[in-house]
Amino acid sequence: MSNIKRAFDHGKAFIAFITCGDPDLATTAACVREAVRGGADLIELGIPFSDPTAEGPVIQAANERAIKDGVTTDGIFQLVQELRKDVTVPMVFMTYANVVYSYGIKRFFERCVETGIDGMILPDVPYEEKEEFAPACRAHGLSFISLIAPTSEHRVAMIAKEAEGFLYIVSSMGVTGVRSEITTDIGAMVKLVRENTSIPCAVGLASPRPNRRRRWPTSPTGPSWAAPSCG
Amino acid sequence: MTNPNGRFGVHGGQYIPETLMNAVIELEAAYNAAKADPTFQAELTELFNEYAGRPSRLYFAKRMTADLGGAKIYLKREDLNHTGAHKINNVLGQALLAKRMGKTRLIAETGAGQHGVATATAAALMGMECVVYMGVEDTIRQALNVYRMRLLGAEVIPVETGTGTLKDAVSAAMREWTNRITDTHYCLGSVMGPHPFPTIVRDFQAVISQEIKSQLMEKEGRLPDAVLACVGGGSNAIGAFYHFIEDKSVRLIGCEAAGRGVDTFETAATIATGRLGIFHGMKSYFCQDEYGQIAPVYSISAGLDYPGIGPEHAWLHDTGRAEYVPVTDDEAVNAFEYLSRMEGIIPAIESAHAVAHAMKLAPTMSRDQIMVINISGRGDKDCAAIARYRGENISE
Repeated sequence: MSNIKRAFDHGKAFIAFITCGDPDLATTAACVREAVRGGADLIELGIPFSDPTAEGPVIQAANERAIKDGVTTDGIFQLVQELRKDVTVPMVFMTYANVVYSYGIKRFFERCVETGIDGMILPDVPYEEKEEFAPACRAHGLSFISLIAPTSEHRVAMIAKEAEGFLYIVSSMGVTGVRSEITTDIGAMVKLVRENTSIPCAVGLASPRPNRRRRWPTSPTGPSWAAPSCG
Repeated sequence: MTNPNGRFGVHGGQYIPETLMNAVIELEAAYNAAKADPTFQAELTELFNEYAGRPSRLYFAKRMTADLGGAKIYLKREDLNHTGAHKINNVLGQALLAKRMGKTRLIAETGAGQHGVATATAAALMGMECVVYMGVEDTIRQALNVYRMRLLGAEVIPVETGTGTLKDAVSAAMREWTNRITDTHYCLGSVMGPHPFPTIVRDFQAVISQEIKSQLMEKEGRLPDAVLACVGGGSNAIGAFYHFIEDKSVRLIGCEAAGRGVDTFETAATIATGRLGIFHGMKSYFCQDEYGQIAPVYSISAGLDYPGIGPEHAWLHDTGRAEYVPVTDDEAVNAFEYLSRMEGIIPAIESAHAVAHAMKLAPTMSRDQIMVINISGRGDKDCAAIARYRGENISE
């Protein structure tokens, strides 16, 4: 069983998102350990990018701060290696295509395996472009995690059929950030996914107000339910 | 020139969030239908001719030719278009397309403000809502254009993230499109971004080379030996090059903004200093650091102050079909003043980059050779900034 699958063992999972290096990697390490202690089943580590086009102001600012303070991809690999001394929950990277491409796709995934990363989320790599990344990712035993959006419509089946690890459901239109309400019919989206795959679904990218976040796991529409915290 | 996935060699593609995928697929289908529809083409031609003032003149620069003592120099006067630059060609096409798709709102990024002004103009003309994203630095450098956009009824949103320049304005416009795609068309201003934008923008700008070709045939009975244009994202350049790509005898030369020099960090010359990467929806060359973080580029010209280049240019570079040369701030400012005094034509500081290279190249060519410089825009907007560059403190 893959490490990611294990995170969804209990039917529901909580995914915590942390931007690496904001304000420094020691704080990131402390946040990860605290999130695990607090019950996070999976950790999503953001590798900062200079121009995170899928992020709202909160995570954009986190990315900018981290880069300004000099965090690098190599520094983050070291952080993961250090975390793996005691952190056993699955960890996935979320970053942008150019961070991986620039590092060298093969070399990047080799380092992921060496340090203990389980999967990869690249929000600017849609289904049409994933052949460049997904096979190399798979070849190293990592899951290439796909996203579906409220606008995906007839694309859902195509994406779900090839989904690995878990499927990321973008809960509302737009970039990440604090939202007062989730208007998308997540139930309907999960139902569409279920017609094509039994893979766990995670809802994310647009994070509601903290009090609202707590309500998500009480209305499961799929066998697994994850509520990532963003920002 | 484009394969079905929107690739130019290895460049191009659609590196965008899933949220936008259906929007670009819908756009491509609508564009292909419009392209094949004679009614759409007739409407666009009428707008080009009656509203934008096309065809733009191909002017023989007699004094400049005599002064430089080499090739015969023609200027393609895109600066004479309505709104003062080539940007209107693309914007009229996209606005018409957006209208056909049932969209009621246009959003755009802008650097120097010319594309923003053009978009605000088209929105006013067609009764559409318009929001323009502009880097906060550029709103200061190009304050007059900010006022023009507002005068035309557009909302201008200063973008404070990152370097507060063109790349951040593109990111902000992409984010806004992710938020709202049902009624909104993203009117991208250059031959960049995800497929089908590089193809759509090129097709609407290709009117430039189509006209150069027929105008020069009429005047000289032959093809030019060289075509020069400035390159940021590269829309005026691809427009000036496109119909000559198959004519191998025509040298195609793109002039990049080198800022304070390609050996400094204060440069925006992508071909000279960038490497292959993925950003803003496309694979192409980008100025970036060893970890793929996009570099904070610099040029005196807000319109060329972009860390990437359109994918078709990247491909023309790979195949050797076009040449790309760096031009510094100093050289561009000299050329800005030179053309003003020599021909009574004040070019945009962007276009002055092409003029600067022409000043080096023309004397090396023979008198029976012909060079065409695309004057992509007029320089009124730049006068205050150039005066400041020369140490004169004038107010606008």
